[in-house]
Amino acid sequence: MNEPSRSAPWRPEPDGRLSDDWGRRWPRRRPRWARGPRDSGPIRRRATNRMLGGVAEGLSARTGIDLITMRVLIVLATLISGGAGAAAYVIAWLLIPEAGQDNAIISKALADKRGIALAAGIGSLLIVLLIFASAAGVSWIGGIAWALTITVVGMVLVVRNATPEEQATIRRLAEPLAGLTEGRRSQTVIRFAIAIVLLGTGLGLLVGSGKKASAQVAPVSGAVLLLVAIVLVLGPWWLRIARDLVVERQARARAEERADMAARVHDSVLQTLALIQRRASDPQQVIQLARAQERELRSWLFDSRAPGALDQEGMTFADGVRLIEQEVEAQHGVAVDAVTVGDCELDDDLRALLAAGREATVNAVKWSGADVVSVFAEVEPDEVSLFVRDRGRGFDPDSVPPDRKGVTESIRGRMARRGGSAVIRSTRGEGTEVGLTMPRASGRREPSPA
Amino acid sequence: MTSHNTPGRGAAGGGARPRVFIVDDHGLFRSGVRMELGTDVDVIGEAADVDSAVEQIGAQEPDVVLLDVHLPGGGGQAVVSAIRQAHPKVRFLALSASDAPEDVIAVIRAGARGYVTKTISGDELVDAIRRIAAGDSVFSPRLAGFVLDAFASQAAPAGTALPPPDPELDQLTPREREVLRLIARGYTYKEIAGELFISIKTVETHVSSVLRKLQLSTRHQLTRWATDRRLN
Repeated sequence: MNEPSRSAPWRPEPDGRLSDDWGRRWPRRRPRWARGPRDSGPIRRRATNRMLGGVAEGLSARTGIDLITMRVLIVLATLISGGAGAAAYVIAWLLIPEAGQDNAIISKALADKRGIALAAGIGSLLIVLLIFASAAGVSWIGGIAWALTITVVGMVLVVRNATPEEQATIRRLAEPLAGLTEGRRSQTVIRFAIAIVLLGTGLGLLVGSGKKASAQVAPVSGAVLLLVAIVLVLGPWWLRIARDLVVERQARARAEERADMAARVHDSVLQTLALIQRRASDPQQVIQLARAQERELRSWLFDSRAPGALDQEGMTFADGVRLIEQEVEAQHGVAVDAVTVGDCELDDDLRALLAAGREATVNAVKWSGADVVSVFAEVEPDEVSLFVRDRGRGFDPDSVPPDRKGVTESIRGRMARRGGSAVIRSTRGEGTEVGLTMPRASGRREPSPA
Repeated sequence: MTSHNTPGRGAAGGGARPRVFIVDDHGLFRSGVRMELGTDVDVIGEAADVDSAVEQIGAQEPDVVLLDVHLPGGGGQAVVSAIRQAHPKVRFLALSASDAPEDVIAVIRAGARGYVTKTISGDELVDAIRRIAAGDSVFSPRLAGFVLDAFASQAAPAGTALPPPDPELDQLTPREREVLRLIARGYTYKEIAGELFISIKTVETHVSSVLRKLQLSTRHQLTRWATDRRLN
């Protein structure tokens, strides 16, 4: 609660807000229910200490009535009027702009076609439910029906169109209700639970009405109607949520694909370009490199065989390591000394491990200045590890510029995306070791074929 | 290879030049090695096949025999087996260009104290010879990998009827495994010592113990590993 107003309700707020002046100048003016002008005017909902929309706070600042008193009044009014207080509160929430905002929520809500449709749908569903309920003899429901409907519809509009901060407040206060408007997966459960409760209630009421013997068919047709109404109202909405989820998943897949592609382009095209720059003085070599790269790119683009991809039939992990040894040696003219212990079939995880290992080897060959790079790979029952070590000049792993994609994306990213890990140890002047570990999906060890 | 397993490079300068005998069926390679070794060691003879090698080594008793793994007339291991009984002081360092693991392991099991590839530089070879002469072993990363592989595949029982006759000899301790792994990763003995917080001497001890296990264990599994590999 607002401390100053709690202890001394009639004193102005210390920060001298506009409405406090009002409260001071007309301290005993009777409380006026919110009918403030839409776009400008003294009454503003307050965000500082609000419980819901800050209407009570705004009113209290506007009229000078103590905040707690105002809240009690609103709650009492709601109880006495059969919910009218709550409805009025929500309407006020819609119509009164928040302090610091130019427009009330309603001006945004009017433009939110989807929100209006949703509100109308939920409202009509509610009305259908209430009609059934009162038909089933729950007479007290009739008393609160319109207020309840207005409250719910208003709340839908408010929740959809409030400012992000306000939405956060609402979500925090009404976590389960937020499930009605948000498409998050965890909240789908809540939504379904609510739907089931609604259904159960409706059906229960209908069955109860059967005892009156006024109509035998009514309960059944009522139930069918109820179901149809729910499906009609919520069906499209559910569809949209499902579609959103699919879209979200596709976006994630696309992002991953892009990262993968960037890594591949880096491994092939960018590496070759770097090599060409280094060997610019040797036209023969440059032509050779360019041709090889062209072939690789073509086969990637037109035969969809990814560069450096190890998808030859029957290729094992040890074969892959051997391939790295041979290819890197041939391409860069630095000795690569590979030792492999154990062997197993390749799967996607191990292909990623090999790709990262290849990248680490190429890095060592290119940057370390060492004559020989050692590669050690071991297949163990529950994991496969690969170490690339050189005795070159070394570097500071933390000071690698972010645009050097080799380490961050091609090695760390690749391993992380597959649940593996990469540890890079490097000392200036002593060399570098890259340790890669990938957990194995299948814990089977096979003797390595010769 | 590892020029880094270098406890005493240059320290052995005072007259203790190891007497070296070269066995290889390629004349070009023999003269190449001779040239590379230069004056750091004393090359006392050469042989091109098993029989002449056995004969000459027996007569001259060199400190270290540089032994090609692939030799006409039975391979490197035939030479080692023939000499070892009668001349236990002669030590063998295996060399090969192509690494068929089963052949390398066979030579080591016959009694060679180390293994390096022919791509090794002259300095590194001299260093390896010195260490063999001093009674140490020389494990290249490749050999470490082979040994790990051999012991790992036999550790998986895979339905063998016979239980391992001597588990002590048929298995590596976790520490030995760790040491071998680090060798395979290209660490020097000194770096391994630092990594595992043990002394270089202890690293040596572990390696020697691995060597002993390789040579002494009854190993029908080890032979089975070799035949498995050959079948593949």
